[in-house]
Amino acid sequence: MTEMVYGSMPSRVSEPVIPRWWRTIDKWSLTAVLVLFAIGLLLGLAASVPLAERNGLDPYYYVTRQAFFGGMALAAIFGVSMLSPAMVRRLGVLGFALSFFALMMLPIFGTDFGKGAIRWFSFGFASVQPSEFLKPGFMVVIAWLTASSQDLNGPPGKFISFALTVTVVLFLAFQPDFGQAMLVLFGWGVIYFVSGAPMILIVTVMGLTGVGGFAAYHSSEHFARRIDGFLNSDVDPRSQMGYATSAIQEGGFFGVGVGEGQVKWTLPDAHTDFIIAVAAEEYGLVLVLVIIALYATVVVRSLIRLTRERDPFTRLAGTGLACIFGVQAMINMGVAVRLLPAKGMTLPFVSYGGSSVIAAGITVGMLLAMTRARPQGEMADLFRRGR
Amino acid sequence: MTRTPLRPLARILNARQKGENPDSIERENLRLRHEVMRDKSRGSAQLRLVVLALSFFGAFTLIGARMGTIAASEPVEPRTASAGTEIDAGRADIVDRNGRILATNMLTHALYVQTRDLIDPARVAKELAAIFPDLDEKTLLRRFTDGRSFLWVRKVLSPEQMQQVHEIGDPGLLFGPREMRLYPNGTLAAHVLGGSSFGAEGVNSAEVIGTAGLEKFEDARLRDPAQAGTPLVTSLDITVQAAVEDVLASGITMMNAKGGAAILMDVNTGEIVALAAGPTFDPNDRPANPTSGDPSDSPLFNRAVQGVYELGSTFKIFAASQAIELGLVTPETLVDANAPMYYGKFKINEFEGHNYGPMLSVSDIIAKSSNVGTAHIAMMIGGERQQAFLKSLGLFDASPVELVEAKGAKPLRPARWPEIVTITAAYGHGISGSPLNLAAAYASIANGGIKVTPTLLKRTEPMQGPRILSKAVALQAVGMMRRVVTEGTASLGDVPGYAVAGKTGTAEKTRKGGGYIKDKVVNTFASVFPANDPKYVLVVTLDEPSENTGSKPRRTAGWTAVPVAAEIIRRAAPLLGLRPQVEAASLDGLVAVKN
Repeated sequence: MTEMVYGSMPSRVSEPVIPRWWRTIDKWSLTAVLVLFAIGLLLGLAASVPLAERNGLDPYYYVTRQAFFGGMALAAIFGVSMLSPAMVRRLGVLGFALSFFALMMLPIFGTDFGKGAIRWFSFGFASVQPSEFLKPGFMVVIAWLTASSQDLNGPPGKFISFALTVTVVLFLAFQPDFGQAMLVLFGWGVIYFVSGAPMILIVTVMGLTGVGGFAAYHSSEHFARRIDGFLNSDVDPRSQMGYATSAIQEGGFFGVGVGEGQVKWTLPDAHTDFIIAVAAEEYGLVLVLVIIALYATVVVRSLIRLTRERDPFTRLAGTGLACIFGVQAMINMGVAVRLLPAKGMTLPFVSYGGSSVIAAGITVGMLLAMTRARPQGEMADLFRRGR
Repeated sequence: MTRTPLRPLARILNARQKGENPDSIERENLRLRHEVMRDKSRGSAQLRLVVLALSFFGAFTLIGARMGTIAASEPVEPRTASAGTEIDAGRADIVDRNGRILATNMLTHALYVQTRDLIDPARVAKELAAIFPDLDEKTLLRRFTDGRSFLWVRKVLSPEQMQQVHEIGDPGLLFGPREMRLYPNGTLAAHVLGGSSFGAEGVNSAEVIGTAGLEKFEDARLRDPAQAGTPLVTSLDITVQAAVEDVLASGITMMNAKGGAAILMDVNTGEIVALAAGPTFDPNDRPANPTSGDPSDSPLFNRAVQGVYELGSTFKIFAASQAIELGLVTPETLVDANAPMYYGKFKINEFEGHNYGPMLSVSDIIAKSSNVGTAHIAMMIGGERQQAFLKSLGLFDASPVELVEAKGAKPLRPARWPEIVTITAAYGHGISGSPLNLAAAYASIANGGIKVTPTLLKRTEPMQGPRILSKAVALQAVGMMRRVVTEGTASLGDVPGYAVAGKTGTAEKTRKGGGYIKDKVVNTFASVFPANDPKYVLVVTLDEPSENTGSKPRRTAGWTAVPVAAEIIRRAAPLLGLRPQVEAASLDGLVAVKN
């Protein structure tokens, strides 16, 4: 009675955070990411031992480190995916500002670890690669700018985002890190595409690329030879590519057996750029197909879920994040099977690397935050249809 | 679509009357419009997202399929040998007309380094530098250690060097077998053979490609695996070639010439039995092509084929024989030869201002080399017929001989052909050709009037070319040339027993911008022997000679090219199997010892 007269006791209007998170999260993608992470640890056990031995460290030194960074990455996934899109946007913009500043400071304070490109800040016990952290924040900023330009009387977000992209690409190319630069450019292109790039522009760009490539192929013998050589020549068995190819062949369908692989002893980048070759050799085509399927699941499911999203920012940010995640994996594996020219790019969650795995965690966390199920006003649509 | 105005007047007025804020109407309309816009963009975004998802799915499927095909294929052992197509190294030998080797292959080794297998790079660099003095120890060490895994050190090794490298004993030093092109006769026939170098190189073999001369012209034939076992038989005769080169080289020195050329050709088959040019070079160690300066200063320059010179009075015989062929004159016909002759503003002189006139027989015009007489003969023939005849002799086109250099040496002739050109061309001025062009033209006259195509490959049958002169006229032409030697300008060219016939030619060299250089001449002697039954044509050309034994330098062919040609004939004719024709008179006082 009292309640009927005075109203109910103050109680929570919304659901508790974690149950709601569990109810709305894309459980398939989350599972896929966790499995990928587990595979990464498994392969790290195989691939990083030779490196540790070469550097005179404990055999499982890198595995332990990877597990530690992986823990941070998992925390990032869970933490970030619980945020609302608006919160992701705020933090993302801050994160972008911070990492972009760090990127600009690289030429002054950075180190190249003797690899010829200044990409890292070294803190003694660990090193940080700002360009890895830049990517998720950058996608959020681009999505925000592009979405805001779709508001009536909104700012010229598309132009600003393009200018920002060019700046970032120039900074990355200056390191030089053309792989990341291409990735950033691709992310912007995808967001621009989904935000409604004019069809004429897309067709023109594709046409020009096609015509240009065709013309170059037919007019320049040198270019044609490069292309032909890339497409069908026998690979030199003593190059990195040759080792990777023969590792995949050795592995066959079911692999040579755990710990029996040879390629990890010969390839210097077996634990990062060519981890897929280690997987193929020791566990065979089966595991490789599983890995590919997991990446495909995350990307394709996220994109399909985003088709239902009404909020432009959420939609665009989700698209950008899913695409850079997927493309990075695609490039890494495409190189190993010689579909793409050699380009140093890590396989998210699977390759060894602290910055890489934590940044991938943040990326996926943000992506999951964007693809969470939300009321999308479907009922209103139904009603409107009657009008 | 009808566009709702943001502030519909009726509603605004209505709201004002009711005392409501009209701005809220605008805001509401704005919101609705925005919603429509968003719906529209969402529609296109949905489609594009599906496209993206499909392309990602396609790309991942492609990678998976590719992984599958690679995994299904058989692994290839990483071989230490080179992968890819084997390089075909077989190259046919080149031999002379009697099967003696001019160019062959020798098995040798190339030296390369697998730097990752080097045990002690510093020691290897030091010892290699000691074996090969042209290698620098520091450069070698830097190359061994700068991260590359593979390095060529030498393209060919001598057996001694190979043994010394073996003795270094480092596993990173490796040998690749090589077929090396070898010219066992050194400089002999260098300008004919040209040279060769390595093309595509692999660890196991390297292809040898021709870079000049016959080697380049016949490159496809020499590399053809089907014919690798059959040597390429040339028309050269090594012994004759050696004699010709020997005499030419000393002739160039004696006559203080810059260079020279000599071509000995069989008049019936067009085969070039010897072709020499000086200065010469060693094709085993072919010098680099000159990148600056005059290409004719390089020893690589083949004066016999590439040297396009005004060949001077040697052309007079063409005018004389054509006029006889056309029935305009006979060798005995008297022709106006009163010098100097004036044609318009041009003045035509004889050599050193002589006047052989007022009238000379055609035969004397040739013997004395009268410019004026030849000019009058040419005017009888006329430009049209003259051009057609010179063209039929092959003097307007690059020589078709089997040397790559020949294509680039096209004879030079004036674009237009007024009568003054008819006159000067008749005595070989204002028209240029190579000594080889001249040799072929003389062979065409000497063999009785059948056109000759020169060749460096052995021919077994006489030429079947078109007839350009009747046999009788050709014989008369040779007879006139014989008089040049017996009583004319080439008196130093007589070789006892080998009735030499021929025609001298002296032309001043042309300046680049036009005009002639007084002291720089090209002397040519085109000879035919034996005159009674011509078998061979010999053309000797000397570039800027000067015979200095007299009180003043003599620069006429009769003093320079002719003695050289005579010496060549003296030495080469017996080698060619020609018996000296001893006059019967010398037998008169003898009685045959017979019983």
